[in-house]
Amino acid sequence: MQSGASRTAHVNVVQMRAEPCFNEMYGLDGSVRPHYQALADWLTCTPAERIGQMREAAQMLFHRVGITFAVYGDEGGAERLIPFDILPHIIPLSEWRKLHAGLKQRVRALNLFLHDIYHAQEIIKAGRIPERKVLGNAQYRAEMHGFDVPGGIYAHIAGIDLVRAGAGEYYVLEDNLRTPSGVSYMLEDRKMMMRLVPELFARQHIEPVEHYPDLLLDMLRSVAPQGVHNPTVVLLTPGQFNAAYFEHAFLAQQMGIELVEGADLFVKDGSVYMRTTGGPQPVDVIYRRIDDDFLDPRAFRSDSILGVPGLVSAYRAGRVTLANAIGTGVADDKSVYPYVPEMIRFYLGEEPIIANVPTWLLEREDDLAYVLAHLDELVVKEAQGSGGYGMLIGPTASAHEREAYRERILEAPHKFIAQPTLALSTCPTFVAQGIAPRHIDLRPFVLSGDDVVMVPGGLTRVALKEGSLVVNSSQGGGTKDTWVVG
Amino acid sequence: MLSRTANHLYWMARYVERAESTARILDVTYRMSLMPQAAELVKQEWYAPLNISGALFPFSGSHSEVGAHDVLRYMVLDPGNPSSIYSCARAARENARAVRGNITSEMWEVLNSTWLELQDTSESRLDSEGVSQFCDWVKERSHLFRGVTVGTALRDQAFQFNRLGTFVERADNTARILDVKYHVLLPSVEDVGGAVDYYQWAAVLRSVSAFESYRKVYRDIITPLRVAELLILRDDMPRSLHACMGEAYGILQLLATAQAAEAVRLAGELHAELHFGQVERIFNLGLHEYLTGFLDRVTTLGSEINHGFFTV
Repeated sequence: MQSGASRTAHVNVVQMRAEPCFNEMYGLDGSVRPHYQALADWLTCTPAERIGQMREAAQMLFHRVGITFAVYGDEGGAERLIPFDILPHIIPLSEWRKLHAGLKQRVRALNLFLHDIYHAQEIIKAGRIPERKVLGNAQYRAEMHGFDVPGGIYAHIAGIDLVRAGAGEYYVLEDNLRTPSGVSYMLEDRKMMMRLVPELFARQHIEPVEHYPDLLLDMLRSVAPQGVHNPTVVLLTPGQFNAAYFEHAFLAQQMGIELVEGADLFVKDGSVYMRTTGGPQPVDVIYRRIDDDFLDPRAFRSDSILGVPGLVSAYRAGRVTLANAIGTGVADDKSVYPYVPEMIRFYLGEEPIIANVPTWLLEREDDLAYVLAHLDELVVKEAQGSGGYGMLIGPTASAHEREAYRERILEAPHKFIAQPTLALSTCPTFVAQGIAPRHIDLRPFVLSGDDVVMVPGGLTRVALKEGSLVVNSSQGGGTKDTWVVG
Repeated sequence: MLSRTANHLYWMARYVERAESTARILDVTYRMSLMPQAAELVKQEWYAPLNISGALFPFSGSHSEVGAHDVLRYMVLDPGNPSSIYSCARAARENARAVRGNITSEMWEVLNSTWLELQDTSESRLDSEGVSQFCDWVKERSHLFRGVTVGTALRDQAFQFNRLGTFVERADNTARILDVKYHVLLPSVEDVGGAVDYYQWAAVLRSVSAFESYRKVYRDIITPLRVAELLILRDDMPRSLHACMGEAYGILQLLATAQAAEAVRLAGELHAELHFGQVERIFNLGLHEYLTGFLDRVTTLGSEINHGFFTV
């Protein structure tokens, strides 16, 4: 226990009560929720000074280890640290079980949807989703039509963004089915927390996440082309100037596979090889972190220097597996998102376990009229945008910003969707003044191979600016470790 | 392993070694410049680091005069000088970053934190800490990197390419350091064998950490012939040309492929000549001429390694 003198030096807890949104740590009456009790006790008996030292140590370690990301548009390609907050996001095991079931259900339905739209298109025939939503979508890849991918899996790795609103209910905010990133931060944040506060891990049962690379490698090997017994898996990166390069290198190292760039691979006689010091070596599975458009200059963008000429024809000949498959973007498009609950009902005959956020499609006249009349209450996004760029947050935007956005919408309404401004849940977070609530979301990583699996928790992102709802790392968001506590 | 990966590993090691060597050259020059001698001669000595790293021409483009202050800053901190310690540390770190998955985290952390610390290094650090202490720090970081490599890395091809880079670069650098003496003129012929000459040769030995070894091996006064023998022909001197070529040849034999046959042969030939060489014959040819020829052949070896492994 600490002496009386040091007790006065505890961290300042500011503005913790009477918020309109769900606080992960405190109930409405200000009491600590049971699954946060161990952390609350630890905070009470640890002097602010020591916590300050820990935060500095974490910062220094991340810098030394080089866990950085590059920011697009930043001159000179500066590398930055993603701010790391040492107060974890804690989820009780009972709650996680439900999320786990809901995520599994959703990703299964999304994979069935992808298989369907590239084959019989039953869901369109049944009138559950408009044909032009799918076939007219820029992300729909006609070249995938009629092609059987191994195991019928398209989105092998899915990052599903979850948020929690007013009363504590969970929603899926968006699905990421192309090349979702962030899992390296989940793993490094955990490593850091075990180093900083081992006593908290000793005191309670926190579900481990460190086996994620094993699950990933297992899954990737399981989806190799038929007849390959000991498949060679590689990770294809756009290169070291990509924002997520650290993650690519990290995952390749953790799985013990080669990290390759487009120029390291070539296609000969229909098969894919990598250039090695001992000559060409065949490649069976490519975990690619390059967008569809850049994969193969012969099939897609001819100006791409990141890709591998002939890769798509090797893929279509069944000589190599791509994870994720080509053409998954049509299922995580924001204008297709509103139909995911229908997919779950259609393919699985189940009701969605985790709800969608109500969404207005601005191509519909009624929706457009409503949204334009309520711009100051809503969040408007581009249906194809990502990374939190180009969105309007009605309540915090200036009148001028809203007007400018209104014009953009009117130019091409079908490019936009709108959602209510959710009162995202908050989690206590270190800020300059002490500990204050900041909005968070959660991205679990769902792996689909023979089975659908995931590690408990995921990456918690936190909006560090007061009142901000944007958690993206490219927009000043930070990360937290996520504990599923049993 | 991937050709591109092998290439990065090889150059990562070369740049670490080169940074160390630049530190050694600056240190020896600095020590020589502290000898009691005419100011004009001291100035002469600062041509040496520029000459041996091929940096005299670009240096003259931006500086009007060659002097301790400017040469040190140019060779240590100037990002525009590709052979400055700053540039080498950056290049080593960039190469490591490209192959992070193929080196241990400890190896990466040494290069990354060295680079971060160097980025924070200002001219005032050179002034307050002193040149020798700074050069010692660079050497220590390089020692640390090699120690961590030997202590943590899997003995696979990645390790071999890393080591190959170290020894090819070291052979090149030792030859250049030994050649410093050629670029540093003595006041007059009578000074050969005199006090200044003695201190200069002793400084060369110290710059490659060979002073104590010299005493142990020869138990006698320092003569140019023996210094050259020690640094060129002794295979038990870890920085000698003979030792470096022995290591490089051994590694190349392990890595040998059909396409790299010429690289293996060249390294073997260089090694054999050093193995059976005589210091008297080197001096008959002229030490400077011998070293220049050796450097050319190491450059050719480098091209053959590039052709043999990195452009598949």
